[in-house]
Amino acid sequence: MKRLWELMKKQWRGYAIAISALLTAIIIDMYNPYFVGQIVDRVIMNGEMPYLKTALLALAAITIGRAILGYTKEYGFDVTSSKVIVNLRKKLFDQIQKLSFSFFDENNTGELMSRIKEDTENIMSAICYGIMLFLEQCIYFIIATVILFLINWKLTLICLVTMPLIEYVVFKLERKIGKTYEKISDQRAVLNTTAQQNIAGVRLVKAFGREKHEIQKFLQQNEENYKINYEQARTMAKYNPPIEFLSNVVLVLVISFGGYFVIGGDMSLGTLVAFSNYIFMLIWPMRMMGWLTNVLAQCLASIKKIEKIFNEEPLIKNCENPKEPEDIRGHVVFRNVGFEFGGTPVLKDINIDAGPGSTVAIMGITGAGKSSLINLIARYYDCTAGNVYFDGIDVRDMELSLLRNNVSAVMQDTFLFSDTIEENIRFGVVGITEEEFLAASRDAQVEEFVSQMPDGYSTVIGERGIGLSGGQKQRISIARALIRKSKVLIMDDSTSALDMGTEYAIQKAMDRRKGITRFIIAHRVSAVKNADEILYFENGEIVERGTHDELLGIRGRYYDTYCEQYRDYVAALEKEVV
Amino acid sequence: MPINNFREDEKLTESLNFDIIKRLLTYLKPYKGAVVKTLLLMAVVITVELLNPYFLKVGIDKYIKVGDVKSLMILGGGMILLNAVSMVCSRFRIMTMGRVSNKILLTIRQQLYTHIQKLSFSFFDNRPIGKILARIIGDVNSLNELFTNCVTSLVPELVKITSVAVIMMLMNYRLGLVALATLPFMVIAMFFVMTVSRKRWQDFRKKTSNMNAFTHEDFSGIRVVQSFAAEKETSETFFQLVKEQMASFVRAVRMNDFFWPIVEMSWGVGNILVFWCGASLITTNSITPGLLVAFTSYVSMFWQPIMNISNFYNQLVTNMSGAERIFEILDIDPDIKDRLEAKPMPGIRGEVSFRNVTFGYDQDQPVLKDVSFDVSAGQTIALVGSTGAGKTTVVNLISRFYEVSDGAVLIDGYNLNHVMLETLRGQIGLMPQDTFLFSTTIKENIKYGKLDATDEEIIAAAKAVSAHDFIMKFEKGYDTDVNERGTRLSAGQRQLIAFARTLLANPRILILDEATASIDTHTERLVQQGIRKLLKGRTSFVIAHRLSTIRNADRIMVIEEGGIVESGTHEELIRLQGQYYNLYVSQFKFLNDEEEDAS
Repeated sequence: MKRLWELMKKQWRGYAIAISALLTAIIIDMYNPYFVGQIVDRVIMNGEMPYLKTALLALAAITIGRAILGYTKEYGFDVTSSKVIVNLRKKLFDQIQKLSFSFFDENNTGELMSRIKEDTENIMSAICYGIMLFLEQCIYFIIATVILFLINWKLTLICLVTMPLIEYVVFKLERKIGKTYEKISDQRAVLNTTAQQNIAGVRLVKAFGREKHEIQKFLQQNEENYKINYEQARTMAKYNPPIEFLSNVVLVLVISFGGYFVIGGDMSLGTLVAFSNYIFMLIWPMRMMGWLTNVLAQCLASIKKIEKIFNEEPLIKNCENPKEPEDIRGHVVFRNVGFEFGGTPVLKDINIDAGPGSTVAIMGITGAGKSSLINLIARYYDCTAGNVYFDGIDVRDMELSLLRNNVSAVMQDTFLFSDTIEENIRFGVVGITEEEFLAASRDAQVEEFVSQMPDGYSTVIGERGIGLSGGQKQRISIARALIRKSKVLIMDDSTSALDMGTEYAIQKAMDRRKGITRFIIAHRVSAVKNADEILYFENGEIVERGTHDELLGIRGRYYDTYCEQYRDYVAALEKEVV
Repeated sequence: MPINNFREDEKLTESLNFDIIKRLLTYLKPYKGAVVKTLLLMAVVITVELLNPYFLKVGIDKYIKVGDVKSLMILGGGMILLNAVSMVCSRFRIMTMGRVSNKILLTIRQQLYTHIQKLSFSFFDNRPIGKILARIIGDVNSLNELFTNCVTSLVPELVKITSVAVIMMLMNYRLGLVALATLPFMVIAMFFVMTVSRKRWQDFRKKTSNMNAFTHEDFSGIRVVQSFAAEKETSETFFQLVKEQMASFVRAVRMNDFFWPIVEMSWGVGNILVFWCGASLITTNSITPGLLVAFTSYVSMFWQPIMNISNFYNQLVTNMSGAERIFEILDIDPDIKDRLEAKPMPGIRGEVSFRNVTFGYDQDQPVLKDVSFDVSAGQTIALVGSTGAGKTTVVNLISRFYEVSDGAVLIDGYNLNHVMLETLRGQIGLMPQDTFLFSTTIKENIKYGKLDATDEEIIAAAKAVSAHDFIMKFEKGYDTDVNERGTRLSAGQRQLIAFARTLLANPRILILDEATASIDTHTERLVQQGIRKLLKGRTSFVIAHRLSTIRNADRIMVIEEGGIVESGTHEELIRLQGQYYNLYVSQFKFLNDEEEDAS
C-alpha cells in the first residue's frame, strides 16, 4: 500500500492535471442548468428572442469546454496510472528476481506470472477508473448536499438518513467481497499453474496419450474457478440491490416529507420542485458505491498478494560491507562444509582445495550431492556448516554479483531463452567483441552446427531451446559460460548429450584457456580422467579421491565404473599383459 | 512457420467485429431460458427506474398542490413497494446472469484448453508458453468483463435509449428529428474511432503477450539468470517490454478517449439545435412552451445512457480483441489428428518398419531422407550418430508426434497414419531427453504412467529402477513434493522417477532418448537389470552416447546426415571397421591422448 502510494506520488503532476480537468469540467457543468433555465424563463416563457443567441453561444462554449476537459481528464488518468503500473511492475519483477533459489523451489512460475500481470491489472483499474469515478462522485455528492442544504436543510437531513444504512451495507459488502477476491486471485493462480504445467509438459502429456486426463484435471480447477466467481456474483446480487433500493427510498422521502412540509406551509411548492431536480445528483453517487467497493476490494486483494512478495526477504544477499577484491585468482576452498536441504542432510564434512587453474572432477551415485556441492560455490544456496572460501574470502562476505560474475556455471538443465543463438550466448554480458564471441562459440563446438543453419547465429530457437537436439543445447550453454571468461568454470553434467568426439574437442579447447579453475561433474570417465583431482561421492560424502591413475590403483568404485565403461579395452589390455 | 519469441509480436488473422459478436452469442444458446428470464427481470428493473422520476412529478403536481396527504402517503408506499420488487428482481437478475456468464466462461476456457491439447508439437514448438497462457487465462478473463458489462450496462442502456427516442418522436417528430440530428455524426465518428482503436487494442494485447512470454521464461530460467548475475539485463529487457506494452495502451486510449468528447459534442449540439428550432416553432405557435421544456429533459435522458456506455467502452473494445485471440486459436486445425477412417491400434507385438521415410520439420530441409529399416518384435535397437543427425527424429516418428512427408511408418504392419493416436501412444513408452515432472508428489508423478496404479505397483516400479532407496531417504518418502519441473531432485533422480513412470505404463514399445544420460554407470547397470525382467520381449529403441549403454543392443544403427549408414550388432560393426568402429575406437583414443601427446 505504501509502495503504491509512493509510486503514485511520483506521478503527482499527471494526477494534478487530470484532477484539475475533472474539477473544471464539473464547475463548467454547473453553468449548464443556469443557461438552460435562463432560456426557459426568458426566451420560451417571455419571448425574449435576442437573448437566445447569447445563451446558445454560451451553451456551445460549455460543450466544447467540457469535451476538451473530458478528454484531458480521461487521457490524463489513463496515462498517469499506466506510468504508475509500469513502475510497479518493474519493482515487482526486480524483487522477484532478487529472491533466492529456494523461493523458486516453492513458488510456481504460473503463480508468479499472475502477480505480475493480473494483480497489477486489478490495481490499475482501481487507480485509474476507480479514483476518477470516486472523486467525481464525491464532488457531485458534496455539491448536491450543499445546494440541497441551502434549499431546505430539514428535508436534506431527512434524505441523508439513509446514508448510514447504505454505508453499513457497503461495509458488509466490502468485507464479504474482499475475501472472495482473495479466493478468486488464488484460484486464478492455480488455474494458471495447472495450464502452465500442462503446456510446459506437453510432450510428456502427448507421449503418454494423457490428453483426456489433463482435460479432466483442468475441468476440476475450471469448475472450482466457476464456483468462486459465481460466489462473487451472488455476493454482488445480495448487496448491490439493497444499495440501489436505499438510494431510491430517498425519492420517497423527498416526496412524502417534502409534501408534508409543503402542505404544512413550511416550504413552497417551487422549492420542492427545485429540490427534486437536484436530488438525483445525490442518488447517483450513492448507487456508485457498490460498484466502487467492488473495484476497491479487488484492488486490495491484489495488493495483499503483491505485498507478500515484497515482504519476502531474499535469503541470499550481500552482507554488510561486502568485500570486493580486485585481483581474482579463482582459488576455491571447501572447509568442513555441510549442507541440509529441506531437513535432509545432503553434504557432510566436505574438504576440497582447488587451486587457481586446477581441475576438480566429481563423480558419484545419482543424488549423492554432486550438484548441491557446486551450488555452494557461487552461493545459489548457502552451506549450513563449515565455510566455502573464494580467494581466501568466505563467499558470504564477498560482493554477490562480483562472486557470481567470476563463477560461470553450465547447469545440468540447459535453459535457453526463445531468442537468437547469438543473444543466448551473449546472455548477461556486455562489451564482448566479435572475436571473443566467435572464439567462445568455436571452443564450445557451436560453430560446427550453426554454420549449417541457413540463418547461422541469428537463428531463433524456441523456449528452452526447443528445435535443437540435446547436444546442441549443451554446446550453446557451454559457449554462454565460456564467453564470460570467469576464473571459475562449473560444468554440471553438461556434456552428457555430446558424442565423445565433440566432448573431447571441447575439453581440448578448454585446456587451451589457461588459468581457469574447473569443477566438472560427469558420469563418463572420458570427461573426468584428466582432472587434477577426482572426487567420488556417495551419500553426501567423498568416498574416494585422487588422480585417475591413483583411483584405478585402489580398485574401488571409480575403478568399477571405469571397467564398466571400458570393458573391451580393459579386457584387451589384460590380454596384452598376459 | 518461424519461431515466435518474446521480442516479436504475434500475427493475428483478420476477422470482422460482427463475426466475433455473432460467435459469442452462439454460446448463449443453451441458456435461452435464463436469458429470457434475465431480460424480463431487467425490464421490470428498468421500468421502475423510469417510473421513479415520474412518480415524483405526479406527487408534486397532483397531490401536494391540493394538499392530499392520504394519496401522497399511498403514493410513497406504492413507490417503496415497487422499488422493493425491483430490488428482488435485480437480485435474481444479477444471480442468473452471473451464473450464465460464468458458465459460458467455463465452457470457453475448457474448450480452448481441450483444443490446445489436440494441437500438434509444431504449435508448441513455435510459441512461447507465456503467450499460450496469456490466451487461456488473460483473454478468457477479459471475456468475463465483456459479458458482465454487456448485460449490466449495455443492454439496459440501449433499452432506455430506444424508448426515449420513440417517446420523443411521438411527442413531436419534427423536434425529435432535430434532437437526433447529431446522432449520425456521432455514429460515423464512433465508427472511425472504433476502427482505428481496434487495431491499437490488438496491438496492446500482443504486447501484453510478449510481456507474459518474457516473465514466463525469466522465472522458469531464474537459476541461469541469477547464476550469471544477469538480473540487471533481464530487468532492463522486462522494463523495455512493459514500457512498450504501456505505450501501446496509451496509443490505444489516446484514440479511444475521443469517444467521450464525441458524445459530449453530439449531446451539446443536439441540445442547442432543439432550443434553436424549438424557439422558432414556438413563435409560429406550432408547439407549446411546456412541450419544449419537457422535450429538453428527454434529450438529456437520451444522451445520458450513451454517455454511460462510453464510460466502459474502453473495456468493451479491449475485451473484444481478447475474444478475437481466443477464436483464432480455436480455429487452428491440428496437423496431426485421427483420420476419419482411423482404427484403434490393437495390442502391439512390436514389429516396426520404416518404408522410404522422408521427413523434415521444415518442408525444404529434410532431416531424414529415404530411410528404410525393419525391426522384429522384441529387439533392442540402438541409434548412434553425431548430435543433430536425426536420431530423435526417428523415434518421434514412431510415436507419430510428426507425420512423415513421404513414405510410411508401420507397426505390426499398421500404417501409423491410419490408427487412432491415443491407442498408439498409450502403448509406447517414451522417455524424452528433457525429463519433465509435474510439481506434485513423487507418487503422483510415477502414477502418471498408469492412473489407476496401486501403491504396490508404484513401489515395484520404483524398485525396478533402483529409485526406491533414495525416495525412502526423503522425510516424506513417496509423498515428497518434487517442486516445479522436479527441481527438488537431482537430474539423475528425475530420470529415475521418469523411468519408473514409463515402466508403470507397461509399454509395448520402449523408447529411451538419452534417458540415462544423467544417471551414473553403476545405477544405470542396476536399472538395466531391473527393467530387463519387466520388459522381456518388448521392442525397444535406445539413443545414448555412452557406448557401454548400447553395446548390448541386438542391432545398432548409425545415423548420419539423415540416413542409416551402418546397421548390425556390435561385433559386426566392429568388424566392418566403419563409422561405428571409429566412434568406438575414438573413446579409447581420448582415454589415451595424454600418452599420445607425450610420445
